[in-house]
Amino acid sequence: MRHILSLLMENETGALSRVAGLFSARAYNIESLTVAPTEDPTVSRMTLVTSGSDEVIEQITKHLNKLVDVIKVIDLNESRHIERELMLIKLQAKGKNREEIKRLVDIFRGRIIDVTENTYTIEMTGAGDKLDAFINALDEKDILEVVRSGISGIARGDKAIQ
Amino acid sequence: MGKSKEVLRGAEIFIRALKDEGIKHLFGYPGGSVLHIYDALYKQDDVEHILVRHEQGATHAADAYARATGEPGVVLVTSGPGATNCVTGIATAYMDSIPLVVFTGQVPTHLIGNDAFQEVDAVGVTRPCVKHNFLVKNVEDLAATIKKAFYVATTGRPGPVVVDIPKDITADSCEYEYPKSVDMRSYKPVMKGHTGQMKRAVELIASAKRPMIYSGGGAILSNADKELTSFTRKLGFPITNTLMGLGAYPGTDKQFVGMLGMHGTYEANMAMHQCDVLIAIGARFDDRVTGDLEQFCPSAKIIHIDIDPSSISKNIPVDIPIVGDVKHVLRDLSALLDSRKDLPTAKDLEPWWDQIKEWRGIDCLKYDRESEIIKPQFVVEKLYELTKGDAYITSDVGQHQMWAAQYYKFDKPRRWINSGGLGTMGFGLPAAMGVKKAFPDETVACITGDASIVMCLQELSTCLQYGIPFTVINLNNRYMGMVRQWQEFFYESRYSHSYMEALPDFVKLAESYGHIGMRIEKSADVESALKEALNEKEKVVFIDFITDETENVYPMIAAGKGHHEMHLSPNRELA
Repeated sequence: MRHILSLLMENETGALSRVAGLFSARAYNIESLTVAPTEDPTVSRMTLVTSGSDEVIEQITKHLNKLVDVIKVIDLNESRHIERELMLIKLQAKGKNREEIKRLVDIFRGRIIDVTENTYTIEMTGAGDKLDAFINALDEKDILEVVRSGISGIARGDKAIQ
Repeated sequence: MGKSKEVLRGAEIFIRALKDEGIKHLFGYPGGSVLHIYDALYKQDDVEHILVRHEQGATHAADAYARATGEPGVVLVTSGPGATNCVTGIATAYMDSIPLVVFTGQVPTHLIGNDAFQEVDAVGVTRPCVKHNFLVKNVEDLAATIKKAFYVATTGRPGPVVVDIPKDITADSCEYEYPKSVDMRSYKPVMKGHTGQMKRAVELIASAKRPMIYSGGGAILSNADKELTSFTRKLGFPITNTLMGLGAYPGTDKQFVGMLGMHGTYEANMAMHQCDVLIAIGARFDDRVTGDLEQFCPSAKIIHIDIDPSSISKNIPVDIPIVGDVKHVLRDLSALLDSRKDLPTAKDLEPWWDQIKEWRGIDCLKYDRESEIIKPQFVVEKLYELTKGDAYITSDVGQHQMWAAQYYKFDKPRRWINSGGLGTMGFGLPAAMGVKKAFPDETVACITGDASIVMCLQELSTCLQYGIPFTVINLNNRYMGMVRQWQEFFYESRYSHSYMEALPDFVKLAESYGHIGMRIEKSADVESALKEALNEKEKVVFIDFITDETENVYPMIAAGKGHHEMHLSPNRELA
């Protein structure tokens, strides 16, 4: 099953490679990974999407907790949560296709952020499956470039990870 | 000394920090990046430096020093090859959870990433086999980083820590202050067990009909031998130790059923297979212990005490996990047990012990004691008798290691020093050097084989320089014995590259290093040779025992088989 793990970790050089190294050394898979400093510049927040059986996820969580740089690990799947991903996508947009793409972007509540005579560059956020749906709605040959950020996640409600 | 803090250079800070940490011995090898530190070493007498002949030797010596004393082992090497030569030793310590702090020199900060002379990314290279590592970026961070390194290496589940120090840091100066304590928000080992889990464990213990205690290296690392012994005696349960756990419970005690696993005793493995409650203490269900996971302790409920949550339910799902330090947990569990009136009595356990006695009656470690050709087991037994079971025994890896574990009965912890997890050939000789350095008045012997011994042989030179005497017991069968054994069993005796042609004359070799060499070819001469060697107080005595080349290690569970599928020696196969 797919799990979203949220990590607080020391904002130290090498911390990222310790996490990445753990996953490769123990043959766990990483679907996506995002990391950036939090409001406290000494702490980084990482969101990591992985998949595996309950036993595997338990081991992953334990091993992450064991890393000396890791302050906290939360499995967002254990409670209600929100996930979002940012996508930047460059599309070929010519002739009557231009209007069609613009309508599709509106339906998916994306924004056109750069325009040339032949292309649109679009910004879109949402859960991963929404971005997938948008890509599937396009004609494959119109897609010039796709940049996705990987998932960021946060728990719903009053609870905050600190 | 006045209140104002002293200003010291990084190299001096390094030495002072070691001194303030209480470090007395340092195993190392100089080179360009650590010359400032070596210059500072020259000017002081607080920390004794032992110059090894290869950095791998330094790591094994420091590792064994830590295993024997319980204090952290310390290594100092230069950048590049100095650091990479340490990797095997670091990985060895990592697999067996040994507190080791390795200081590697690094090229000056401004050259890092420049492919400078003797540059290697030591932090990157060692990352997968350390508990943690550090690159020091400012001289102001040096003392605090050293403090953290020792703290991380020695607390929780211990392990090796690498501190990479660029050369310019050792030349820079700052005020020196060694922190008294460490507080890391991201690292807080749990010591005490969860009370609710311990109560559940006591319930399960009280219900046991065929209980079994299985304890490992964790019991030794947490210095819990006394707690383990009183816990086990209080319950009257049978106990087995892993290869890493030997000595935590007295090997000669009647409740001890021997080592378990691939080359464990018949009674230990059968008791594992048939027990109904298993109490695993500071052990990690290694594949050499469990055999086939599907057939492991098929009818047992399992309690697992371990300080590392990731060891729990890693290979075998357990029923009652207790995360905590073995010593703390056993104390608390014992207190809970004392308040119970319904624990299994000796009478309740009688049928179980009767069964175990029957298994014991098989005498699975029997071998031909009358053989004229030297049996390797015979040498270990004689050594055991002559040293009254009280020597520090180091070993390399292979058949001799198993025979040492089977035939030397360890009554005390920290006497059995071997590379259990990584299985590092070449460990034994530098390990003996490290132990003898820690305990100059104790008897130390290295049980080794003709293939392993040559892997770190150069340290004989270090032993001569520092007057570190011990006995090397080379069980020479002209083979990589364990490889040959597997080839005999599983590859129809095709002995592919396991035969040691062109072995050196070990007697002359020992003599050329300035030590004493002996060659023993008859069983009748074993005892007198050992006696003579154990009496030598100044030099290493290298005894080359020419042993039976066909001897195999029994009992044996083939990889991937269950505990009940053991082989005894060929002419006494079980029905």
